Amino acid sequence: MHSQRNRWRRDRVLLLLALPGVTALLLFHYLPLGGNIIAFQDFQPFLGIWHSPYVGLDNFEPVLTGDPVFLNALVNTLIITLIQVVFVFPLPICLALILNATISERLKRLTQSILYMPHFLSWVIVVALFQQMFGNGGMLNGWLRSADLSTFHIVGVPELFKLMITSQVIWKDTGWSTIIFLAALSRVDPAQMEAAVVDGASAVRRLWHVTLPSIRAVIVLLLILRLGDSLSVGFEQIILQQAQVGAGASEVLDTYVYNHGIVGGDWGTAAAVGLIKGIVGVALVLGANRAAHALGEQGVYTK
Amino acid sequence: MGEPSRLAIGARGLVLGLGCLAVVVPFWAVLTTSIASPEEISRAGGFVLWTREPTLDAYRAVLSGGIVTRALMVSAGITVVGTALSLVATITLAYALSRPGSLLHKPILLMTVFTLLFNPGIIPMYLTVKQLGLLDNYLALILPVLVNAFNVIVMRAFFLEIPGELLESAFMDGAGEVRILLRIVLPLSKAVVAVIGLFYAVAYWNAFFSAMLYLQSPEKWPLQLVLRTYVVNDTPIGSDQLSSNLENLPPQISVQMAILVISILPILLIYPFIQKHFAKGLMVGAVKG
Repeated sequence: MHSQRNRWRRDRVLLLLALPGVTALLLFHYLPLGGNIIAFQDFQPFLGIWHSPYVGLDNFEPVLTGDPVFLNALVNTLIITLIQVVFVFPLPICLALILNATISERLKRLTQSILYMPHFLSWVIVVALFQQMFGNGGMLNGWLRSADLSTFHIVGVPELFKLMITSQVIWKDTGWSTIIFLAALSRVDPAQMEAAVVDGASAVRRLWHVTLPSIRAVIVLLLILRLGDSLSVGFEQIILQQAQVGAGASEVLDTYVYNHGIVGGDWGTAAAVGLIKGIVGVALVLGANRAAHALGEQGVYTK
Repeated sequence: MGEPSRLAIGARGLVLGLGCLAVVVPFWAVLTTSIASPEEISRAGGFVLWTREPTLDAYRAVLSGGIVTRALMVSAGITVVGTALSLVATITLAYALSRPGSLLHKPILLMTVFTLLFNPGIIPMYLTVKQLGLLDNYLALILPVLVNAFNVIVMRAFFLEIPGELLESAFMDGAGEVRILLRIVLPLSKAVVAVIGLFYAVAYWNAFFSAMLYLQSPEKWPLQLVLRTYVVNDTPIGSDQLSSNLENLPPQISVQMAILVISILPILLIYPFIQKHFAKGLMVGAVKG
């Protein structure tokens, strides 16, 4: 008892120091978790969480019965994730290999500073820049017009929307994502590399047998994180451009939740879809991590 | 090592060169168009890549009061206040967690890390902010993102690397926790505090969706919302929005590009400071966590 009191006296300052941060996390991460209860309610804003009637699983109907609007959002989400895993994920690895092979240190520094920069711009700015370059009144079409050539309609075309947002992601984050691969590449064992050269291995074989295996752990780790995030695709980016192309091409799970709940007032269904998305998201991270362990890799956490 | 072929070097140079152009050209086009004269713009029918008659009229129009000026002040205010509050909360929490064995150390650490795994969802977040009476309040843009668990973990890792003897001897001299944090730990952690402060600042400056979600009155809009309305959505911007005293309003496109430049500029200005820490390998530690 006595030691407990001593401990309290010693540590109360530390607890006080932790208090502001802990309060913020409790209020805005844990308290809202409880708010998911409205997924089981016919939520009426004027009645609030305490007085809205419970309706069982009614709100999950669009998910359970495969409502076309919901399915469209789910399919769009998965397609965009697939595109991005296949086409976007490998790019920073390639770029890092190129940067790593660049001998001039100054040139490397300069290109890195330029290529990392877009990462720090907001999505509003990136979308605005893309529209100004490729929009119907944008720079590209301005040139074509002045050269009396036919113009391109890229912005606002539903069929090209996924291509558009993929290009934006590539432009914004490919440079920045090289950082972690470059760090891994800097730890490739030079002795192994020299041995491969002495053995007469070609550049391609060295890449395949020495370089790539030594950064495999990092690649797997990032792939897991990306797959764990399969159900979240560029929410801000998409909501900014949705009005131009319509929901058919652009609705994803997050925008579905926003449009149905906050805009449309169908709080219960939106919360239900959000809740399922959250649970499946956590399961995906844990599952992908377990798969990585099964393959003998480290994963996000050990054990 | 084997000599790389000329072809390989050329191909690599080409890729890097094109990549850099893809980043630089849009910035350049936006900048030159924002300072080009109205005649040049109408002659080019839009974008201008080189201007002989630079003018700052568009900036004067945008910055002489009106919606853009106000939004700029709002964004600056949120960024400064938000970053300061976030740093205080992050530093104090990271410090408390860097003293293993203290009361509730384990549960608080777990609770912090656990927030990285899930996201409460848009609807519950909105309802929480509403319940707390923060709708249409600038605090709604700060408090929900006050502490980023990832930043806490990174900062804690740095605090843990400070030699324990240093702290012990200060305790012997009768210094309290707060004094040790301020006099010993913080001076030794300037770099990590700077980097994390910059990350918070960039996040506050760039925040768009939280503003759209929680702020209802247009006169409270930060710059990103103004940018969305008048540049992305192309809503015409006239003297009503600008309350400008200029006789002739500059062309729409110059005004739009000026708004874009004004929102990019602060990022470009702090970018060298963020970059300074790349070399020290700090960022890699931060990215890896």
